[in-house]
Amino acid sequence: MLLKYLGKFQYLSIAALMLIANPIKADWFALNMTRGITDISNEVFELHMLIFWICVAIGVVVFAVMFYSMYAHTKKKNPVAATFHENTKVEIAWTIIPFLILIAMAIPASKTLVKIYDDEAGDVNIQVTGYQWKWQYNYLEDDISFFANLSTDADEIYNLVPKGENYLQEVDEMVLIPVGKKIRFLITANDVIHSWWMPDFAIKQDAIPGFVNTAWTKVDVPGIYRGKCTELCGKNHGFMPIVVKAVEQDEYDQWVSEKKNVAMKLAELTTKEWTTQELVDRGEDVYALNCVACHQTNGQGISGIFPALAGSDIVLNNKEKNIEILMEGVQGAAMNSFSYLSEVELAAVITYTRQEWGNAENGDGEIVIPKDIVDYKQPKI
Amino acid sequence: MSAVIENHHEDHHHGPAKGLTRWLYTTNHKDIGTLYLWFSFAMFLIGGAMAMVIRAELFQPGMQIVEPEFYNQMITLHGLIMIFGGVMPAFVGLANWLVPMMIGAPDMALPRMNNLSFWILPFAFFILLSSLFMEGGAPNFGWTFYAPLSTTYAPPSVTFFIFSVHIMGASSIMGAINVVVTIMNMRAPGVGLMKMPLFVWSWLITAYLLIAVMPVLAGAVTMMLMDIHFGTSFFNAAGGGDPVLFQHIFWFFGHPEVYIMILPAFGIVSHIIETFSRKQLFGYSSMVWAMLSIAILSFVVWAHHMFTVGLPLAAELFFMWATMLIAVPTGVKVFNWIATMFRGSITFETPMLFACAFVVLFTLGGFSGLMLAITPADFQYHDTYFVVAHFHYVLVPGAIFSIMAAVYYWIPKWCGNMYDERLGKLHFWLSFIGVNVTFFPQHFIGLAGMPRRYPDYALQFADWNMVSTVGAFLFGVSQLLFLFIVVKTVMGGKKATDQVWEGARGLEWTVASPAPYHTFTTPPKID
Amino acid sequence: MNPDAKKTLRKLLIAVPLMFAFGFALVPLYDVFCEVTGINGKVFQSDYEDELLTDDGRPLAIQFISTNNENMPWVFEPSEKVMKISTGEYYTATFYVKNTTNKKMVAQAVPSVAPSNAAAHLKKLECFCFEQQELMPGEEALLPVKLLVSNELPKNIKNIIMSYTIFDITDYSDEPMAGHEMNMEH
Repeated sequence: MLLKYLGKFQYLSIAALMLIANPIKADWFALNMTRGITDISNEVFELHMLIFWICVAIGVVVFAVMFYSMYAHTKKKNPVAATFHENTKVEIAWTIIPFLILIAMAIPASKTLVKIYDDEAGDVNIQVTGYQWKWQYNYLEDDISFFANLSTDADEIYNLVPKGENYLQEVDEMVLIPVGKKIRFLITANDVIHSWWMPDFAIKQDAIPGFVNTAWTKVDVPGIYRGKCTELCGKNHGFMPIVVKAVEQDEYDQWVSEKKNVAMKLAELTTKEWTTQELVDRGEDVYALNCVACHQTNGQGISGIFPALAGSDIVLNNKEKNIEILMEGVQGAAMNSFSYLSEVELAAVITYTRQEWGNAENGDGEIVIPKDIVDYKQPKI
Repeated sequence: MSAVIENHHEDHHHGPAKGLTRWLYTTNHKDIGTLYLWFSFAMFLIGGAMAMVIRAELFQPGMQIVEPEFYNQMITLHGLIMIFGGVMPAFVGLANWLVPMMIGAPDMALPRMNNLSFWILPFAFFILLSSLFMEGGAPNFGWTFYAPLSTTYAPPSVTFFIFSVHIMGASSIMGAINVVVTIMNMRAPGVGLMKMPLFVWSWLITAYLLIAVMPVLAGAVTMMLMDIHFGTSFFNAAGGGDPVLFQHIFWFFGHPEVYIMILPAFGIVSHIIETFSRKQLFGYSSMVWAMLSIAILSFVVWAHHMFTVGLPLAAELFFMWATMLIAVPTGVKVFNWIATMFRGSITFETPMLFACAFVVLFTLGGFSGLMLAITPADFQYHDTYFVVAHFHYVLVPGAIFSIMAAVYYWIPKWCGNMYDERLGKLHFWLSFIGVNVTFFPQHFIGLAGMPRRYPDYALQFADWNMVSTVGAFLFGVSQLLFLFIVVKTVMGGKKATDQVWEGARGLEWTVASPAPYHTFTTPPKID
Repeated sequence: MNPDAKKTLRKLLIAVPLMFAFGFALVPLYDVFCEVTGINGKVFQSDYEDELLTDDGRPLAIQFISTNNENMPWVFEPSEKVMKISTGEYYTATFYVKNTTNKKMVAQAVPSVAPSNAAAHLKKLECFCFEQQELMPGEEALLPVKLLVSNELPKNIKNIIMSYTIFDITDYSDEPMAGHEMNMEH
């Protein structure tokens, strides 16, 4: 309200306030492409700068002539206009010279492109699959597989708490790669077209359902590198970033064996005895990551579009159907199959929905344990 | 018999019909031109309002104003409305008003089809806009509507979107046919092809492009319709189809489409620069050949929109080189405009201000286009705000400025009154500053790594996004001033002479201001 | 309207539906172009060819990748992730599939080859991707691909990726099903 009294300065003041109040890491100097940290990314950066400076040079020359004319050839200064309206020599010159400049640009550009397409096997091969709205990584040699979801809290997005330094650029699982080795990415998608972009590696390839695209990189500098989805893929296109961490070989090897351990541990977890509370706690996390976008935190869904889970007949009274829907999705509706989640996660999230929002009191209150999911997958004949 | 003839003869002298039905049933090219222009202005303001919603959300990081689903609807509709409701109808309106007069013809070749071409447009946009209120919301897959996001995963309104696109396409095709038949057959004796005004040439070429590619767009949306409702698999890998096929078909239309949106601008700017430099346009025949080369080349560059799709190396190289080549004829045009001004006798009335800004800022857009053509660099630019900056530079201070320039330039001929020069200049400067403050920073945020079609962004992009939003609001509000200026001029103002502008040449300046309802009912004598 | 104008009009009225048809013609043209130039990673069924067999083949590795499209809950994995082969010889690779639901389902596997210029040299005699695959609830199968990589393969390619994505087409299929043996070796 104070702003009203500032009259015509209110907008300027808002802008100034925003500048001061601006979150950390807002950046007036974020002006140019990154050099990145690979040979190819540096080459791409140099190419970009070359073309840029050529354009600047051409612009300066051309606009100098134009601005000069706008200054010196006004009606006041030049009351009688010249009459020339053609000059074949000049026209040929300014057709040929730009053509030659273009050839000069095309040569280094073509060379760099051929290098990028030099598509040979990697020391590490990672299948990257785009989902709505997260990435799945599958290390082919070591048989490790995991999802990476945005880990920025919704509270930050909806301006309830201050934004962290890596706002919208942080995930719950980083992609580790060893330095000094050739890494090949095999990029595809599960549903719609996404695109996997790592600016620091100068890699961008579309993730197309049913097809595989390849890209490669060799990173020599350890560090954390952040990328983004660059093809409109629906609601949360802006909320599925990528984080790759390049580490020394021994740290990489250790991570690989830990991940393999995790897979083994998960198998153990599937068979252990779970309490309802343990399942609900675990399920709440799974729900927040996978279900909240449509069914909402309060389980109410969105009327007419996503059904409510709170008070739902299936969730209350039909444990079999409940499991079936999670395992197979619903044909002709937006509900996908979530069978790619682990048995523990599936059991936990179904149990959570059956217990939360008063569902435990209003329905049969039956919980689902990991073994139920394992059983569902057994042959029935 | 003679009584009938007499009656008919008298009707001519009584001028246009009175009331609303005049506009509904008119077959007069001037009326239809006016209808198209007002329609496009309305759509420009609606599309602009959506841009304000988009920029308001992007003023700061975080979601403040709309949800991501709705944001996607805004960016989709903004694009569709500006392209199919703003730029294209405006150029058709200018063609309707000017082409017959410039070639000494009494009207367009097919006046009744002309009426139909216009009136199906409000119908199409009513359908498109009403999709905002349908269950599932409006189309949310971007104006480029890639499959399968726009087929398997589309909201129910997609069917109305397809219907709407079919109608807009039909309108453009009919309009284009009308333009070609008119120009090829109704020029007054003495108006040879290489004597035609450049605006007429630009529209002749544009019309051929429209006839060639709008049906391909119709094919693409028909295939979408079949995939969605009739179980086909054009774009569905499961059934043996290919999402990339959609992109090839779409961009085969899409690339010529962007030249459709700029060639008439080239024509307009040539007229205005010639008039206000008081000097004949430099290199007339090269200007014609340049436009022809651009049009032909536009058919073989489409995959430069698809460099990251996984095309084979040979294809990427070919499309890179062909795309770079288009810079040559485009450069020739820019040089010729400057050569026209050089040693001319220039005054800077509002049309000339817009035309000069066009030359500079469109060229800037051309430079970012050249950078985008370089495939390895494009891997870093594609689908970022760098692309958004590029196409807004060529479309806003490009196409839109040329339309505004055309309005200021020809409105004294259309309605007989001069616009207010001081207000016109004010509108120009506000728009010029607005457009640059809005779009120049978008080069930065694109290069720094912000993708397009994002409703929210990481913190390092905050500063320039804020600046861009301020510019957008400035630009948006300035267009209300433009509305005021246009209405004020139509209602009254200093009376315009026939010639209007000291250096103006062309048949349209030989008739009275305002132009009589029927002009050149007998062909003019050309020396 | 003068007769010349009518002629122009007629020509344009023919041009419009012609361009519409061209749009649709792009669909088969796309496949033809891909097949003729051998690009885009599409591989079609070939016949047994004696001339391609050679003892002087060079070593090559084929990596197999499997992906489930959304809503496709089957287990789908290559029996061997990497196969070391020689050019100029026939090999059989298999993929394990299992329908983990309690409904009969039909799947379509869609292949993709990288690098794309290897596709022209990859000859498939048999591939489960050529036909739709039906599995009863809980049923498992080993699906074969019988292939040969010709010695003409450019020397710089030492590794080929064969990727298959399976899609659920239970609601769309009405074509004859592929039969397969029930013996599981997994």
